[in-house]
Amino acid sequence: MTKQIKFIQGNEACVEGALYAGLDFFAGYPITPSTEIAEHLSKLLPQKGGKFIQMEDEIASMCAIIGASLTGHKVLTATSGPGFSLKQESLGYAVMAEIPCVIVNVQRGGPSTGVPTHVSQGDVMQARWGTHGDHSIVALTASNHQDVFAMTVEAFNIAETFRTPVILLFDEVVGHMRERLEIPEPGEIPLVKRLRTAVKGGVDYHPYLPREDGRLPMSDFGDVHRYNVTGLVHDMWGFPSDNPKIVHGLLRHLVDKIENNASQMARYKTFYLEDADTVLVSFGSAARSALHIVESLRPRGEKIGLLELQTIWPFPADIVSQYCNNAKYTVVVEMNMGQVCQMVKTTVRHPERVFLANRIDGVFITPTDIKNILRLIKGKGV
Amino acid sequence: MAVKDYIRERFFPHLWCPGCGHGIVLNGLIRAVEKLGMSRNEMVMVSGIGCSSRISGYMDFHTLHTIHGRALAFATGVKLSKPELNVIVPMGDGDALSIGGNHFIHAARRNIDITAIVMNNRIYGMTGGQYSPLTGPGMMATTAPYSNIDQEFDVVEMARAAGATFVARTTAYHVQQMADIIRAAILHEGFSVVEVMSQCPTYFGRKNKQGSAVDMMKRMKETTTPIGSAAKAKNPELIERGIFVQVDKPEYCSEYNKIIERAMGGR
Repeated sequence: MTKQIKFIQGNEACVEGALYAGLDFFAGYPITPSTEIAEHLSKLLPQKGGKFIQMEDEIASMCAIIGASLTGHKVLTATSGPGFSLKQESLGYAVMAEIPCVIVNVQRGGPSTGVPTHVSQGDVMQARWGTHGDHSIVALTASNHQDVFAMTVEAFNIAETFRTPVILLFDEVVGHMRERLEIPEPGEIPLVKRLRTAVKGGVDYHPYLPREDGRLPMSDFGDVHRYNVTGLVHDMWGFPSDNPKIVHGLLRHLVDKIENNASQMARYKTFYLEDADTVLVSFGSAARSALHIVESLRPRGEKIGLLELQTIWPFPADIVSQYCNNAKYTVVVEMNMGQVCQMVKTTVRHPERVFLANRIDGVFITPTDIKNILRLIKGKGV
Repeated sequence: MAVKDYIRERFFPHLWCPGCGHGIVLNGLIRAVEKLGMSRNEMVMVSGIGCSSRISGYMDFHTLHTIHGRALAFATGVKLSKPELNVIVPMGDGDALSIGGNHFIHAARRNIDITAIVMNNRIYGMTGGQYSPLTGPGMMATTAPYSNIDQEFDVVEMARAAGATFVARTTAYHVQQMADIIRAAILHEGFSVVEVMSQCPTYFGRKNKQGSAVDMMKRMKETTTPIGSAAKAKNPELIERGIFVQVDKPEYCSEYNKIIERAMGGR
């Protein structure tokens, strides 16, 4: 079989990845710069018997995918800043009720309506803390279409494995840029199926009791187990409880199931890091400029490399420490006011050696921008 | 199956206040389902937040207790993804028509096959008696200490205008009619709205000097009348009860199946 090769937008690469992962339900609302995801799925989903619905608002879209996940489907919604804000309450519901689902946020400039058609990476902390209350979250990102595809598949796999919402934190440049995508053969990337309970009908089933391996087998709405799903703190049957032991236990479980598996979820790429004394840390489209500058400075003998983060949350602290602890300069390249930079500073041994190379004006950060900032940091002048 | 087999008996007695009408709605709902002889495994109850929403925990169905105002949006996901399920959405007046007003009109507009029950006690009970969009002017509430100036919605007119294909009203007093209407609403293919006037003696009744639960139920008997009755002609102030709208229109999930056929056929 010949490889299927496409020349498409990043948003379409995300669609292809979602379909490869087995997506069969999408609910969304039009918003720049993520709308193409909805448009393409409205065409492609019914072709494979899946369902697409344009809901009345962003909140409803998030709620609808949670409902559809409970009937046993792989579900997705896509949005950008303002819509991501609106989804936060129901995102928290998905955390609390442990509903597998994937939420795409193609980031644009904010706050508020901001710069809708321009790029930003300003929602890193919102992804982490946007919904209220203590919790953990998974957020992945990518800098090119092959990785957008792979990370989208990964998002569905993590959502199913850990019964959790997973955020895909893309950005306007990746979303709208066109480049080559090679669709992997079926089976080339392993897919995680919904883990369903083996408990027979009439036997007590505990939807919220983790197995020894930490996973929680589900039962589809419509099947033999009738249980309760709620955003209230609940016991192992899903019924509300304010028993302090249950409250504490559930909160610990929700946080631990993500944080204790951070290394398993850590996806990243390294470029020229073996001997690097200057380590760029970047993600999403900004990592493309970072890689470009690394590759143009290397031939001049500069010991510079790139750590590209693909998992943003849970923050891959071990990986960042491993590559940055001994660097003379760690420079975080991002299009926000230092949201990942802060995390790197709290992670590494020498926070005073961590610098920010950023742009926050809606214009894509270029290799020249990074080069100039590097010269400033190293006291070479521009 | 016996009526008691539809409930999760271990959670009784329920959490509603003495005299609350919501338990009667639960009763009417169970009798409707029991008469239909539906399997519990094909029933999904989706609720929001508030006194009304706790009804889902008592029913031995697949139950989804969601967030405030959004029950119909969750229910839309459940129904569209698995249309063979029967989806019932009990909501309070604030839940359905204040925070959830947008979802209410759009679910009605789509005519998706969901049964929405608005348990209208004209007050936010769970938070202690604040005015809702159904309270109406001149009434007292903890957030309307000088009397309420907010005009109210008419649930029936609103549902009709939004495109619901089954719209009915009944009360907690008329429990036989309630069961019959809910049964017809569940059987109806399309978006059904049943407004059940329910009494909240603890807050609405107390704040507005309407007496005990029994007094409030008597009032429901006296201030309502069957649709088109002679009494209504004489006294236009009376609130009509019965089925206002029952029409056939394309149902959303069935229409989507046609989209799938078209997409798969490449047309």
